[in-house]
Amino acid sequence: MVEHGDIRVVHRGGSKINFREPVITNDSKFLLCASGECVKVFSTSTEECVHDLRGHTDLVTGVIIKPSNHLQAYSCSADGTVRLWDFTDGILIKTYVIGHPIYSIHASASHEGVVFVVTSMHADKRPDLLQLVAVHLPRSGDQMVEARELSAVLSDVSSNPLAIVFGRGGEYIASTKGLKLEVYLFRKQKAYSFFLKEDNKKGRRNTFTCVACHPKDDCIATGHEDGKIRLWRNFNQKKEYTYSTLHWHHSAVSSLCFTPEGTNLLSGGIESVLVQWRYNQEDQREFLPRLGAAITHITVSPDGSLFFTSHSDNKITIIQSCLKVSAAIQGLVKGESVTTDLMMDPRSKSLVLNGKPGHLQFYSLQRDKLLYNLDVVQQEYIHESGLQQFEVVKAAFDASGNWLATVEERKQKGAEVELNLKLWEFDEQTQSFVLNTTISAPHEAQITGMCFCHSTDNQTTMLVSTSKDGHFKAWQLDAQAHTEDERPSWSCDFVGAYHSLVPECCCFSADGSLLAVSFQEVVTVWSTASWELLTTLSQPPKAIRNLCFGRLSCSKYLLGTTGNNLLCCWNLLTCSLEWSTSMDVSLLLADPISENMAAFCRQAGSTDLFVFKPSEPRPLFSQKAVCPGKVTRAIFAPREEMLESCEESSQWLNRSQLYFLTQHMDLMTFTTKVEEDRLMASSKQLVIDDTVAMTPFYLLLGKHRQQDSGDAQSGISTERTPLPQGSVAIKELLQTPAHVLPSTSFLCSMFVQSLLISVTEPREENKATEEEMESEKEEEDSEEEMESGTTRPEQAPLGRHAAESAAPALTKAQVRELRRVKKLDRSWFAGLLDS
Amino acid sequence: MISATSDTARFLPSAWMLSSISISSSSNFHVTAPSVFVVQTKSISVTSTEMASFKPTKIQVYPKLGEKVTQDTLYWKNYKAPVQIKEFGAITNIDFSPVAPHNFAVTAFTRVHIYGPFSQEPVKTFTRFKDTAYSGRFRSDGQLLVAGCEDSVVRLFDVSGKVALRMFKGHTKAVHVTDFTSDSYQILTGSDDYTCRLWDIPNATELNTYQEHTDYIRCGVTSKLNRDLFITGSYDHTLKMFDARLDKSVMTMDHGHPVENLLLYPSEGLLVSAGGRYVKVWDLLKGGQPLVSMKNHHKTVTCLSLGSNGQRLLSASLDRHVKVYNTTNYKVVHNFDYAASILSLGLAPDDESIVVGMTNGILSVKHRKSPEESKETSGQQRRKPSYRVFVKGKNYVPKQDDYLVSKPVKQHLAKYDKQLKRFNVSKALDTALETWLRRRKPEITVAVIKELDRRGTLKNALAGRDEQSLFHLLNFLIGNLVDPRFAPVLVTTAEMILDIYRSVIGQSPVVDRQLLRLQDLLEREIDYQKDLLEVLGMLDTMFASSIPRKEVPCSGISRSNGLGQGEASTSRPQLQAT
Repeated sequence: MVEHGDIRVVHRGGSKINFREPVITNDSKFLLCASGECVKVFSTSTEECVHDLRGHTDLVTGVIIKPSNHLQAYSCSADGTVRLWDFTDGILIKTYVIGHPIYSIHASASHEGVVFVVTSMHADKRPDLLQLVAVHLPRSGDQMVEARELSAVLSDVSSNPLAIVFGRGGEYIASTKGLKLEVYLFRKQKAYSFFLKEDNKKGRRNTFTCVACHPKDDCIATGHEDGKIRLWRNFNQKKEYTYSTLHWHHSAVSSLCFTPEGTNLLSGGIESVLVQWRYNQEDQREFLPRLGAAITHITVSPDGSLFFTSHSDNKITIIQSCLKVSAAIQGLVKGESVTTDLMMDPRSKSLVLNGKPGHLQFYSLQRDKLLYNLDVVQQEYIHESGLQQFEVVKAAFDASGNWLATVEERKQKGAEVELNLKLWEFDEQTQSFVLNTTISAPHEAQITGMCFCHSTDNQTTMLVSTSKDGHFKAWQLDAQAHTEDERPSWSCDFVGAYHSLVPECCCFSADGSLLAVSFQEVVTVWSTASWELLTTLSQPPKAIRNLCFGRLSCSKYLLGTTGNNLLCCWNLLTCSLEWSTSMDVSLLLADPISENMAAFCRQAGSTDLFVFKPSEPRPLFSQKAVCPGKVTRAIFAPREEMLESCEESSQWLNRSQLYFLTQHMDLMTFTTKVEEDRLMASSKQLVIDDTVAMTPFYLLLGKHRQQDSGDAQSGISTERTPLPQGSVAIKELLQTPAHVLPSTSFLCSMFVQSLLISVTEPREENKATEEEMESEKEEEDSEEEMESGTTRPEQAPLGRHAAESAAPALTKAQVRELRRVKKLDRSWFAGLLDS
Repeated sequence: MISATSDTARFLPSAWMLSSISISSSSNFHVTAPSVFVVQTKSISVTSTEMASFKPTKIQVYPKLGEKVTQDTLYWKNYKAPVQIKEFGAITNIDFSPVAPHNFAVTAFTRVHIYGPFSQEPVKTFTRFKDTAYSGRFRSDGQLLVAGCEDSVVRLFDVSGKVALRMFKGHTKAVHVTDFTSDSYQILTGSDDYTCRLWDIPNATELNTYQEHTDYIRCGVTSKLNRDLFITGSYDHTLKMFDARLDKSVMTMDHGHPVENLLLYPSEGLLVSAGGRYVKVWDLLKGGQPLVSMKNHHKTVTCLSLGSNGQRLLSASLDRHVKVYNTTNYKVVHNFDYAASILSLGLAPDDESIVVGMTNGILSVKHRKSPEESKETSGQQRRKPSYRVFVKGKNYVPKQDDYLVSKPVKQHLAKYDKQLKRFNVSKALDTALETWLRRRKPEITVAVIKELDRRGTLKNALAGRDEQSLFHLLNFLIGNLVDPRFAPVLVTTAEMILDIYRSVIGQSPVVDRQLLRLQDLLEREIDYQKDLLEVLGMLDTMFASSIPRKEVPCSGISRSNGLGQGEASTSRPQLQAT
């Protein structure tokens, strides 16, 4: 086995952006999100990721804007550091080492130089006991500073950052955990605790979920597990506190937020409805329903014009204050599991997998951006926990990307499985998939596998589905339409079974002439043209897990993995076992554009990767312990441009890239040194010139100015560019108070003259250099001389254009007159202005 | 009651399992025909960025049963209601004039009537027959008409005159076949005296006699391209082609049944014969080789005709059907039904009208709809708002400098969807159970019930109903419970209703009566399903025993097995449903 130092496993995008609440900069232009081990800076106007703030070595657990400088931000991480960033340029300014993993960070303007972090100080005693600690950030010029000046403020706090909030300009801090609300008043240096009963009469739970403080009033809003919101007042004493209850949500309130002026309270929960309560008139509510997925965080921009909601489907929605959705930033949606396999859309070259409930997501790997969601189920999603919904469980693309097949499934307890097989056709006009055929109940039991025939020369497209009901079915597109308005639709072509065994995997050969279906431990090979059973292959005693045909030169091989840790390779020409090897392969997949195959094997708790050709005895590449845990989903993605790596071990990465999902749903890939270097070279930071505010006035004038400056650079049409002398004169003329200036009639002729001179100036300058030469020449030479002036681009490229545009109108006499005017000394005028 | 419903749910799958086991044990491979609903959906646009729009309830589209709508069915259905004219006796022959107004001659009893294309009264009548007339045919110029008679005399008429111009005497028995040769100077006749003869028109003399048939000659046709060739068909099961230049037949074909009618394609390369239940096509250029044999009628085929410029072949039979075949693949593309056995059929050029004569003496004339008329009828089906209302402001074309303010499109929701959007589950069910929907579109009601079930709120929607609304609900269940399309949803609904209202059974006579009806219905349905399963089991064993056992399966066999089962298992959707 060869170890390859130059091939590395790296994270490739798709990390969560809804882990912590997004932070909005003071000018509402950027959005800072903790995303995995980095902080992402999004532009709110374009929704593009502007910067990745990289530096933390563990999960980033919180981001806040530095209260004293709104162009810098603190981030905290589980690696025990707090880092200070300049997010507009994406520069790390300082690193404060705390030493304990940090769960959240809070700061307030009234506490200069102090940040409050939630950390577990007593790591040795009780790791689950968290404390809110004030950290005095030392002033020092060093990049790396150790912050050791810690003082505990509150003990036993929740790790959820939504459970701790500063109130009214940092006068107090409110923290909730379980059934306790704790308020710490900084002025009194005293903490008050308020407790709720565990259950109320109807058996609903009172546990606190989140807390928010009114910016102007002494009022704390708390959200509860049973959907209630309590508004606490008069809490600066132990006894006479009061609270009022608001109830609209039917399940837990996950986030609360006051608008900056305190006029409204926003709340959200699983229902995915943003509720806006009027402060002090709580019966007046406004709703923004159907936001797509459960709301996890709500934030409001400092000017109150935009609301931002994070959703459980890895999305941030930007909402205008009139409750109108204006934009959405969508990351890769990762549920608990990927039920559909990872797929590549042959058209957009995007990664396709099931996303939010009932949808397929198309995710661009190159741009790390979700392209779009395809609504497969087309039913209203009811946001309620414990409800059985339709889920997309299988999907497949045909070779050209014209057809997409999806299977949706809904399993109700005590009832049969509801299945729908849908076939979608790509519509060139709308550039999206359009439903062509719906087949309800295509099988009587769950569908275990589905694949399209991938050969390109076949006229008819064929789809095969295998099911637990013991049948596999071939579906075909009806070529002939009966009437003109009816488009071709799909219908069943063949139903096959083998000894009433349950089919598991199916696979078409590269040319589409053979279909292999595994029935438990038997592989059956069928001819797709006549639906004859050609042969059976088996390697008892365990069931087949994966089936794969070889490609290109290896198309005579059929590979399969069995439950008893065997990887078998059958030769289809001799119908015999070519070779087999003992390895616990969890996933076997073929590269669609080469002969290579990748096998992920489990060994001692981690996964190894082998890349091999079926015809060669030695693997092309192998790497031990690619990642801990089991790899269940992987895909070969064809590259946009080929790499030219000569090294034998990395050649398999030249044409396609291998992506895989780990147990923890991280999207990983393999990169080579060459590729990384190239990426580094080509990646220029996306800089957006947002320095000028977009006002109507800017729209009118800004564009003109940009145009002018651009024109000046290119050197075309410089007539209007004022020359230095003229512009100074005019400026002085305009800036000097009117009562100081001479009379207008006196100035007018001078002013006009100054303009005239400015036009012909450069040419005159040329002429001045040749003053003596010209005096020797005849009068008629002057025209020729003028031409010589214009044909000397190296001397006066600007003047030439000016003269060309102005010259046709000027006669010889006028030119001479202009020359004379130029010779006039205007310095007296400057002196006049100075006096 | 409760046990009855759950019985249906439990008993049927197990019985089905039994029958399916019997199949699989009998043969290694069994292939079932697809028994799933495949529904083609009209284009549903998918917008990926839609945010706050409510997705309306999905109404399941069920496949339409019955014949498929094809181009042919649309074409052949595009005829007006038939004009029926009563004749004195059975109509034995209909012939269209080859020239412009395309009058047609109808031979019935002792008369030959000539009808104009749109007249309901005959424009001309020839009555000078002593006995039943047969085979009134036009000459190619439409000027002369010849007809045979039971009294063995063949008469030639001028279309404008009344009295016979010539009488051809010589046959000894009834003449059923007459025709002009393509040079239009001779006449071919065929008679029950087993002979066919050629006559010269100007002299009224007999030119030749052929005595080769050994039974009645009941059909014959002359070549339109060659004046010397003609073909006759006889009850001796043969078709014979004669050449007038020779004394005997040049080609003989065996139809296998008494030949009733003959037809030559315009190219005259193919010959179609009808006799018994068969229609056969012969390739004359290959020496009378049989090409196709079609058996689509269940009684004797009496006449043939070509339509759509030779693209379609029509055959009429005593079984009261007219079938239309595609002449490229000889598949039946359309079928007409008539009230009585059909003896004669005529098709005007360009299929402008179809004329059918029947044994009860009724002549049925169908005229093709003109394009305007066919549009009118389709337009009448839908009531539209007036044009002005419809296009108000819609046809305004924005000018170049106009600033377009996009107006949000208001989503139209059905009443039940509006209630569902507000989570008013009971009201949504009430709306879906409104009389009109319940009666006309039960699939909508079922879809709403299904949607409520999906939301987990069906129980809430069903509960708390008064006698009246419960009566309606039960009525709906009784009407649709056994429908295989709705059964899975409605069975759970019925069980829920029984669970909810178990405590109040016996308090209302109206509801109790409905519950008893429901019980009856279910018991009957169970019996019915049992019978069906027995039949299915029998069929399966029959099919299994009819398949020869082989080690390596042959595709043909597995296919036929699958098809056989497909035909047999018409009840399968029901089984799956319950």
